[in-house]
Amino acid sequence: MSFIANTEEQHKEMLRVCGVNSVEELFADIPPALKPRSFSLPNGKSELEISSFFQDLANRNFSHLTNFLGGGFYDHFIPSAVDALASRSEFYTAYTPYQPEISQGMLQAIYEYQTDICRLTGLDFSNASLYDGGTALFEACQMAINATGRRKIVIDGGVNPIYRKMIQSYTANLSIELAEVPVSHGQSDRAKIAEYLDEKTAAVLLQNPNFFGVIDDHSDIAEKCHSLGILAVQSVYPIAMALLKSPAEQGIDIATGEGQSLGNPLSFGGPYLGFMAVGKEMVRKMPGRMVAATTDSQGRTGYVLSLQAREQHIRREKATSNICSNEALCALRAHIYLSLVGKEGLKDVARLCVDKAHYAKERIKQIPNVQVMESSPTFNEFTVKLPIDAGECIGRMIEHGFAAGFPLGRYYPGMENYLLIAVTEKRTKYEIGRLAETLEAVICQ
Amino acid sequence: MTPADRKYSRTHEWVKIEGDIAVTGITDHAQDALGDITFVELPKKGSQVSKEKECGVIESVKAASDLYSPISGAISEVNEDLETAPEVINSDPYEKGWIFKISNFNKSELDSLMDAAAYEKFLETEE
Repeated sequence: MSFIANTEEQHKEMLRVCGVNSVEELFADIPPALKPRSFSLPNGKSELEISSFFQDLANRNFSHLTNFLGGGFYDHFIPSAVDALASRSEFYTAYTPYQPEISQGMLQAIYEYQTDICRLTGLDFSNASLYDGGTALFEACQMAINATGRRKIVIDGGVNPIYRKMIQSYTANLSIELAEVPVSHGQSDRAKIAEYLDEKTAAVLLQNPNFFGVIDDHSDIAEKCHSLGILAVQSVYPIAMALLKSPAEQGIDIATGEGQSLGNPLSFGGPYLGFMAVGKEMVRKMPGRMVAATTDSQGRTGYVLSLQAREQHIRREKATSNICSNEALCALRAHIYLSLVGKEGLKDVARLCVDKAHYAKERIKQIPNVQVMESSPTFNEFTVKLPIDAGECIGRMIEHGFAAGFPLGRYYPGMENYLLIAVTEKRTKYEIGRLAETLEAVICQ
Repeated sequence: MTPADRKYSRTHEWVKIEGDIAVTGITDHAQDALGDITFVELPKKGSQVSKEKECGVIESVKAASDLYSPISGAISEVNEDLETAPEVINSDPYEKGWIFKISNFNKSELDSLMDAAAYEKFLETEE
């Protein structure tokens, strides 16, 4: 397709129809501070100059740090086969690869990914994936609102504060009531949550393990929800699902989560992978693509998109969501990762995470004036109370080559001295020892 | 043949009065136009429905269409057999393929609906 620029005459005609005098007027809503100062670029540079320029920029990223930072996104090992397979051009360059006539490979991969998610969550149906853990949780809210006809959402304070912020911003201009219930001793506050549940509540949003790494069993909350016609939604950490009680075993109606930990790199924030699974009764309310297995006219197994009446290209105004795509490549990586580690392998990864995190707890407990929060059981992440500001401590630790954790004061007022530390299977005994020694040294600085 | 014991709407639903209850469904013409029906989203028992307002969805191999109520009232019963066998609407739209029953319905609204002869004429004008 050739590019044909508009003529001056056409510009004027379009502006006249829009009812403005200049192109600038169309962007009048953008605050001046956010507008580009200038579009004049420097003169052309050589390839060498350009590559040095970008290398310098890249070097400003501290990618060499030993990583104890989590908060919903974790530094897990990625076997090189994941990169080798996922970067095959048949997968890598496909855009909206859903046509059954030409995309059997990708459709099969998505179908197998959906099977993985069903096995991890214990639920019957998974979609083809969503953008990330936060949007998946928001989509679950929308689903609950559509399914129940109610407009109140109760959110447990243990849900990732980044997700909570996303939900607040997504719902800011919708008439949806949000009620947040702070955690008690690091766990869901049952009594407080129960106070908020009524016949106007569409869903309760929970997380397991929660943002503080605390493991919970939400069966009691799910049961309470069902007695009032409320849906129980749980955001889960997929690695932890290898060992913990699954959402289905807890009576959860909609499970969502961030799939980055499954074969996807941290990559400074994305692209990530949202997943979602539901029981049979909710499947027609689920957003996004869904791949199903079928047989062709010759009886051979084939894969097609299914239940598309939910989607916006069938009935736009009745669509369950505006999502009409998926994170196909990230979902593919998750599927390759899970296929490589296998059922037992995933359990091993999860066990290593727990064991190493608990070893780290023991080491850090021995540092004078540092307190490990131990009122509730944790998975691979835990909270420590420092004698100094956690943000300050993290800054000092970076100079020693550590990403020491997440400063809880950023989202929890009053927790300025609290540091959230994550440990994955990648961390060695030596690294954990060095973390503890360095922590002890920097807090005395 | 279009049964003469009931009334018809312009959106191709039928309603049959059985004592205090109005039984509803879609017409033979509607099921034929939709093709093989694969799923019916039924209204909730106990919920209120209004004449000409959507109260459910019928999915077929061709389309997903809204289901309208021919008269106003309260849903007293839904045909739960349709959850596992929606194709009954194709094979027997006027008897086994009934969709929902309405109690406390508005009798005066029946006057604005067509009888079988009028509905057949209406179908001719539609085509």
